[in-house]
Amino acid sequence: MAEKNSNRKIFFNPLSKDNPVIVQILGICSALAVTAKLEPAIVMGLSVIAVLAFSNVIISLIRNTIPTNIRIIVQLVVVAGLVVIVNQLLLAYAYDVSKQLSVFIGLIITNCILMGRLEAFAMSNRPWPSFLDGVGNGLGYTVILVIVAFFRELLGSGTLFGYQIVPDWMYEHGYENNGLMILPPMALIVVACIIWIQRSYNKDLQDK
Amino acid sequence: MNKQSNSYTITYIIILVVVVGAALAWVATALKPEQTKNADADKMAQILSSVHCYATSTDQIAETFKSHIKGIVINSDGQTVESAVAFDVNIAEQSKETDTDRRLLPVYIYTDTEKGTKYILPLYGQGLWGPIWGYIALDSDGTTIYGAYFSHQGETPGLGAEIEKPDFQERFVNKQLFKNGEFLPVTVVKAGQRPQGNEDYVDGISGGTITSKGVAAMLDNCLSPYRKFLETLTNNND
Repeated sequence: MAEKNSNRKIFFNPLSKDNPVIVQILGICSALAVTAKLEPAIVMGLSVIAVLAFSNVIISLIRNTIPTNIRIIVQLVVVAGLVVIVNQLLLAYAYDVSKQLSVFIGLIITNCILMGRLEAFAMSNRPWPSFLDGVGNGLGYTVILVIVAFFRELLGSGTLFGYQIVPDWMYEHGYENNGLMILPPMALIVVACIIWIQRSYNKDLQDK
Repeated sequence: MNKQSNSYTITYIIILVVVVGAALAWVATALKPEQTKNADADKMAQILSSVHCYATSTDQIAETFKSHIKGIVINSDGQTVESAVAFDVNIAEQSKETDTDRRLLPVYIYTDTEKGTKYILPLYGQGLWGPIWGYIALDSDGTTIYGAYFSHQGETPGLGAEIEKPDFQERFVNKQLFKNGEFLPVTVVKAGQRPQGNEDYVDGISGGTITSKGVAAMLDNCLSPYRKFLETLTNNND
């Protein structure tokens, strides 16, 4: 029972209390890049979940054989290999999506969440908890991307998933899309707002 | 076994790299046919969308392409180059050739009983973050733009990436490449401004200045070598 509880914690903690983006402040760079629209944000989130879960499992399986001197290099090789495979699969079976994401898929390699989880979790835990940790953290990342992308696309372009949401009569009455929302700095400000809300609910996260 | 020794470390990394390398090579080879098919179908779809012809499935695209489009390759004198196949010409390489007389210039001739004959010219240039490319379809008079298609590799979503939106591409329709008999490719300028010359222009994208300039440079660089070919078309039409 104790094992089950801790597995649940491993899976759910990254979604709120230990969220990689808004608590650990990792992976902020890609949160800026892919959140101008909802669709790329979601595909990016799914790709990160896949890569993070599998690299966590692989590293966890070979964790006892890795020489400490070169552990970061080993982690990088595994992550880079997986990212290339994901990219190749997208090119073969989801060409349109892969065209949309293009460089961002490659940029998963540099996502700090990956190295962070591999180093902090997979290197010292068994494969199944590592898998849960990977999926949990990936989801935690995706949730934040989707929230940010929702506000940026709605306020910046007046659309969601490319469909117009803001009705025409509002434009006729002088409403304008906020061009600033499209620009990268607004992603940071939205992330900051989420952090603010989250910390005011979770008192134990606040700095003394 | 001492896991911290140099020999263990070196052997370990060599084995790891070989295994990962082999896996990647296998994945790449296994998926290659599927990817080439997608890439070809994608290129055909791009060419077709410049003449406002949209198909969805891969087979449908190939079918439409085969039945309506004939590719030829010309040189800057407007003469046909028999040895080259239009679809296989690498526009990226050709557009970087500074001596325009040595460029291979593909022309896709679209024939349709309803729309008439259109001439589709490929474009390739640089945006802000990476390459941009497109296709310009001209009416049979060789000067009026019938349709345009642009795409990009990694321009900023919402800014430079807007060049792939129909909204931007439609701005090119009915612009002229020849002004009073003079060849002046269409240019892209900041909204509200006018170009220095007399050429036709479209409004660029706010916040996507460098991409817009890239589109203008691409139009200039890639369309200029076609001047003689287009002049012949114009004269035939008069």
